[in-house]
Order: sequence, then structure tokens, then C-alpha cells
Amino acid sequence: MSHSIENLSRRRFIQGFGSVGSALVLGVQLPTHALAQVANSQSFDPDVFISIANDGLVSIISHRSEMGQGIRSTLPLLVADEMEADFDRVNIVQAVADAKYGSQNTDGSRSVRKNYQRLRQAGATARWMLQQAAAKKWQVDADECEVYNHKVSHKTSGKSADFAELVETAKGLTPPTLEQLQLKRNDQLRYVGKDDLPLADGKDFVNGTAVYGYDVELPGQKYAVIARPPVVFGQVKSFDATATLKVPGVLKVIEIPAASAPAFFKPLGGIAVIAENTWAAIKGRDKLKIQWHHGDNANYSTREHEKAFAKTLAQPPITVRKKGNWQKALSASAKQLEAEYYISGLSHSMMEPPAAAAQFKNGQMQVWGCTQTPQSAQRVIGDTLGLKHEQVTVHVTYLGGGFGRKSKPDYMAEAAILAKQSGWPVKMVWTREDEIRHGYYHSPSLQRTYAAIDDKGKTIGWRHAMVMHPINSTFNPNAKSPTFENDLGLGDVPFAIDNILIENGETATFQRIGWLRSVANISNTFAVGSFVDEIAHATGTDAKNHLLQLIGQDAKLDFANQGYNYRNYNESLDDYPLDTKRLKNVIELVAKKANWGRKLPQGHGLGIAAHRSFLSYVATVVEVSMKDGKVKIERIDSAIDCGKVLNPDRVKAQMEGAAVMAASFALRGEITLKDGIVEQGNFDDYPLARINDIPPTHIYLVDSDEKPTGVGEPGVPPFAPALCNAIFAASGKRYRRLPLSQFGIV
Amino acid sequence: MISLSINGNTQQFDIDPDMPLLWVLRDVAKLTGTKYGCGKGLCGACTVHLDGQPIRACLTPVSAIGKGQITTIEGLSKNGDHPVQQAWLEHNVPQCGYCQSGQIMSAAALVANNPSPSDEDIDLAMSGNLCRCGTYVRIRQAIHSAAHLAKEVK
Repeated sequence: MSHSIENLSRRRFIQGFGSVGSALVLGVQLPTHALAQVANSQSFDPDVFISIANDGLVSIISHRSEMGQGIRSTLPLLVADEMEADFDRVNIVQAVADAKYGSQNTDGSRSVRKNYQRLRQAGATARWMLQQAAAKKWQVDADECEVYNHKVSHKTSGKSADFAELVETAKGLTPPTLEQLQLKRNDQLRYVGKDDLPLADGKDFVNGTAVYGYDVELPGQKYAVIARPPVVFGQVKSFDATATLKVPGVLKVIEIPAASAPAFFKPLGGIAVIAENTWAAIKGRDKLKIQWHHGDNANYSTREHEKAFAKTLAQPPITVRKKGNWQKALSASAKQLEAEYYISGLSHSMMEPPAAAAQFKNGQMQVWGCTQTPQSAQRVIGDTLGLKHEQVTVHVTYLGGGFGRKSKPDYMAEAAILAKQSGWPVKMVWTREDEIRHGYYHSPSLQRTYAAIDDKGKTIGWRHAMVMHPINSTFNPNAKSPTFENDLGLGDVPFAIDNILIENGETATFQRIGWLRSVANISNTFAVGSFVDEIAHATGTDAKNHLLQLIGQDAKLDFANQGYNYRNYNESLDDYPLDTKRLKNVIELVAKKANWGRKLPQGHGLGIAAHRSFLSYVATVVEVSMKDGKVKIERIDSAIDCGKVLNPDRVKAQMEGAAVMAASFALRGEITLKDGIVEQGNFDDYPLARINDIPPTHIYLVDSDEKPTGVGEPGVPPFAPALCNAIFAASGKRYRRLPLSQFGIV
Repeated sequence: MISLSINGNTQQFDIDPDMPLLWVLRDVAKLTGTKYGCGKGLCGACTVHLDGQPIRACLTPVSAIGKGQITTIEGLSKNGDHPVQQAWLEHNVPQCGYCQSGQIMSAAALVANNPSPSDEDIDLAMSGNLCRCGTYVRIRQAIHSAAHLAKEVK
């Protein structure tokens, strides 16, 4: 266990609950009585995550960011369930950045996996202490006291007490040891796993009161936008703000120094315009005359660089995994297949572009923003401004989508710089153009796949070479090849093939590269999932049966003795095995539900793909039709095994949304740079899927008591290959490059 | 001074007549339920009603509004119980929630104009509203529910 249980009610609780006293601008709408109770420390706080006021109102900390994945409707629910709180009397408090909660980095589809056990223990601690408090009060044996729905009752005497009545007694008790804790049995859970759970924040979302980073309003606040260097690490040579300062409402122009490599999460620099409102700031920015020194990255163009990708893949310099002998398999084969896939660069384009507000007062920097990672934001802000980390408080608002972009707190630091330099409270926002042109992009990737097939149609050799701009290049400019990206569907192909060779090419990098929902799984799984289908067609096998055949026997895979250090999402394979049985099970499940093999109308086709990512197993079937040369997605079926499901509705929502995002990527998603400058700038040239692109979507959850695993990302990877396999089935045309819009079929 | 009627209240604003309604609502009137998404009328996050019809606030200069009645998400219903809002909660539509003000305003106008929209009607009316989280399937379901609810209310 990574945190100690201690009774915090004995000392003043300034951070966390205490800080909600200044929550007027936060996304968390606290009832006023909760504020009063929390602020005067009359509460019983059995754990850093839980506080019970003396009117019985339970406050539960959400230390992870809410960005649409429903974490506030999931983890606090788990705590409430375990402590037997009535969820209607629970108030969810969004945590500020504070190491006492452990990591608050909300990415990698791991908030549930990393917190499930400790939060259940926190809840059980509260329940145990309330039970003990009742026993003490009534002078009875604690075992005779039952805790249920915000009450403790004593059967034989008929006595009953609300949590409110037990706060005073509970405060004086010693917390239990881990051995004394008893977690609820599955059949005792009242919220977890139930189908009809409401959204914790639903009302705030539908009546417009939820406060996002873009919405923060501080008293006396000014508004800012920044003109950033068009090329990464470019610099301002000179600028003229005369016309800008004449725009009514414009107050001040501030130059922010340019960043140099490594990019890390540093602000890019540029010229900031501060004004009385956002519109004046944008208008003022339009009138800036800036001479840029673009620097070396201006030599890069995406299209041109494909040649460098192709060159390195002609003789890949790095071996990632080697099983058996690919060359021998090739020599022994009766049939050989080879294909090349290219997946474009992508931007996150969450609906809320980056935004943050900051105020610097009495040596204290307070920043409010839509961040996935408040602790890194605190560090970056401190480091940027030369402030000690304890001088920086980071408040987390709701996030209007994150998808990995908001794991990079460059914009949080920008707001802090402007607040410090101007002396005003400043809200700094990114326009859509800023978001699309100054992102941390999903790298374009070129991939080559090769299969050696024997005379019986069995695949006896598999070779896959991949090149992309590595995410590590954002932290180390010398990084030339992927590392952990190889574990995202490239090296960890789960196929029972005797001879496997996995390779990487090398490349320099000229832009900021970052993780985007499911990361390299997007590109790796597109190549693998498509190529498997190509082999099925070449060998005359049904695509689903072929996929199952390739996976082979039930097995828990490891890649020992294959020269491959598989990271398994930083978990051990003992705790979270790569279990081919579970992968095959989701394939069978989705095939059955989608009625795989059903007779389809003329011009329709079905495609299937499956993948394990973030320790969860997903299989997807897509049906398309081709009419007048255009593709229409007719139906989506997707099954997930993510172990124990805490909030089924939110898991389904994530799977539905993953298909939509994957459809955006596959149909029209393409970021290109020319001379170092991003060529796209808004939803006209970087289009997202619209409602008319998306058909009825059916999600199936595997009922499981395995450890809970990732949900936010695993739905994305199988979609694009399933889509392209369906297009092949419908039309006989194989598309090996994304997005599909380049072929005129969208 | 520019006079605007927002959610039934007429207010005077000392602002540039060219300023788009979006920024007047958000930065001056402090009604931040209406969202910025693109600034070019491409995403629908800023959808509000002008005399009951959906418009994109990011493209509408305040000078063009005149005596028109503006309704924002904050004024759609008194208690957050417009049939569309109720249906949105029934179907747990929102994920991040950011685009939902605009989605709901577009949907409310659709349901008001067409008491029994088909899936095609919904796709047509809602295709101007982007959702990156991908709540489209539930938006479609919720609009059907909202249409039923609206009839019951009548």
C-alpha cells in the first residue's frame, strides 16, 4: 500500500478540503453548508480522500481530472460504496495539485487500475471507524453494528445513528490497520457495477454551469492570447505592436522568450497580447507585425520526409524482437505477402482548446486550468518562473476533452508568466488555430509488413518494421527511434507464429511529438489489423477464423528469450498477463453479437480487428456500404474485456466515443507540416467526424472479476483496421494509407 | 451603448458593435455556458437562440442582433428541466460536456420546429455541432426522447 492511513481530523487540514473555501471559480459547485463545515474543521477525515462534516455530508476527493472519461462518476462512487455513504449525500471535491494523493497524472487509461485498491481501502477505513464509533457510543460490540446507507444500526437494541451523529466520536478513534480492514464482497456493492448510475456532474453539464479552463473568471481578470513561433523553436527577430496597441481594449503586449530543445512542457514563447476581453486580444494579435527567425526545423516537410521514412525501413537498423528465424521462414515459404502502411500525423483537437487563468499575489502563484496533470503543471510553472513549488497552487477545472494534449502543461505556464509579468489576474486562451498549429502531435508513421506462408496456407513467418518520430524526442532531442511505442501493438503481436522479426527505423524529429489517445496503438494496430486481413484474403480464410487461428492456443504470452523487453504498460505479466484466451473471447463475443458472416446487401462489407491495449481486450466489427464510390459506415459493434467494470455506462460511453474519434482519424485526420509550419488550422481543413458519419453503435462488456484495466483508450486501435477491412470486403479495394479522404471515398 | 435582450433581461453594454456575440456573452455578460470551439461557425459549440432559431454566436456581431431575443443555455429553462436537458440526463449524453451547451441549444430548436424528428432529421439539424468525445449516438437517442417528453409537456 502506497499511502498511510492516518486520522487527519486531529490537525488542521489546509490543503485539499480546506482549500475549497476559495472554490468560487472551480468546476466543483459546493453547497454552502459543505463549505462551512469543511472550512471550520469540524469534520471527521478518516483518509486524505474522505471528509465527513458534522451534518453527515461526505466529501470525497477526486484527485484525477475529469475530461469526459467519467472519472468523477467512477472513483468517488467506489469510495462511497465501500464506506456505505448515500451517494445523494456525497459532495465530490476536485483536488489541487498535491503529492499526498499520489500521482494525479490522468493519462494512460490507468486512473481506475492505479487507485481501485487504495480507494476501496480508504472507504473501508471510514466504514470501519464509523462502525467503531457507533459501538463505542452504544457500548456494544462493533461486530453487532451494521453500516448501511449513511447509517449504523444495532440489530438487537434497534438503535440507529446517521453518520452525522457519529462524526464527533469517530474523530477520536485510531484508524484501523490494514489487517482489520474488510472490503465489501461483490454482492454487497450497491453502486459499483450497476447499470443505471447517473453522471456525478450531469446537471452542471446540461445547464451550462460546469466551469472549464476556458470559463475561469477571476476578479479584475484580463484576457490574453499569444502569437507563437510558427516553427517549433523559432524565435521573434523583431516585432511592431503599434497597430495592436491601438485596438480598443488592448492593454499590454508582452514578449515571452522562445524555448529551445528539448521541448519538454516548456512554453514555446512568442508575443502575448493582454486585453479587456478575448476578442480584443485576438484582434490585437492579428495586427502584430512579427519577423520570425524560424530556425532549423523549417527544413522539415511531412511529405518530403516520407522518403526518409522509406529509406530507413529499406534496411531497418534496430531489431526490437526476434523469435525463430524470419529469413529461414521466408526461404521455406510457398507464398509471400508484403504491404506498406502510412498513418498521418494527428492533432488532439479536444473541443476545449488549452486555457488557463493565473494570479500572482504576495509571492503566491495560483493557476486554474484544464490540466490532466496538475503536479507536472506545478513543477513546470515553478521551474519557468523560478518559484518554489510550494509557492504554486494548481487548481483543476473540468476539462473540455484531454486525449493527452492536456498532459502537457505548457499553457498553464504561459498563463502564469503573463500573470506574473503584468501583475493582473490573466486568463490566457488558445484559439482553435493555436491548438491545431502548436500541438504535441501524434507522429506520422510508415510501416512495412511481411508474411511468409507455407503451402498449407499457414503463416510461418511475420516481419514488421516501423518508423515514427519517437515521443522521447520531446524530452531528448537525440532520440531517434521508438521505445515504449513498440509495446503498443508492434512488438507485442499476440500471434502463434514460429518466426517473428520486429524492427524499427530511425528518424530525426522536427516538431513536438506527444501521446494522443491510445498513442502508437493507432498506427501499429492499423498495420497489423489490416495485414492480418490481407493474409486471410490471400489464403482464402474467413477473416474472423483466420484471426483466431493466428492467435492460436490459449496462452499467457511473454517474450522472454526474444531479445524484447516488453513493458506491459509498466505492470508485471504475472499481475496482468497477456492472455490470448481473453483476446479470443472478445473476438467471439463481438462476432456473435454482430452476427458475423450474415448476409449483407449488395455493396456492403464487414470488417473485424482485435487488440489488447492498456491491459484491456477489445474486438470491433464495422459494417460499411459503398455507394457511388463513397464509403458509409453502417454499423459498429465493439466488445471490451477490461476486467471488473466499475461504471458500465461510462465504459460504454468511452467505447462509443473511441469509435467516433477513431473514425475521425481514419476518415479525415491529417496534420502535415510544410517548411516546419503546420498546414491545417481549423475544422475546415482538419475535419472531425460529425453525427451523420456515425451509425448505430453497439457495445458489449465482458462480465469479469479480473483486476480492472484501461477503458479510455483501448476502444480506439481496432476501429481503423476493422473499417478498412470492411471497405475491402465491400469493394475489393485495399486502402493502406490514412486518412481515407485522400482517396476521394469519404 | 448597445442594448441586448439576453434570457429575458435587457441590458446595456459599452462595447464595440463589431464584437461577436460569443465574447459579449462570455467576457462581458459573464455567461460562460456558451462555449468557444472554433471561431468560424464550424463546430456549433457557441450555438444560442436568436428569436428561437439557432445561430452561431462566434460569427454574429452584436450590431446584427437589434431587438432580437437571445436565449443561451443559462436561459433555456428555469430549473434545467427543458425536455432536451431532461433527455440528456436520462441518456447520460455528456462525456466532457464542453460541446453540450451548443448541442442542447441546437436540439431544442430542432424539437421546437419538428415535434417528431427522424434520425435523418436529427443528423441534418445536428451535423453542425461537433463532439470530439463522440456522444453522437446518445444525442440521437436523447433527441427522440426529448421529442416524446415535449409532447407530454404540451
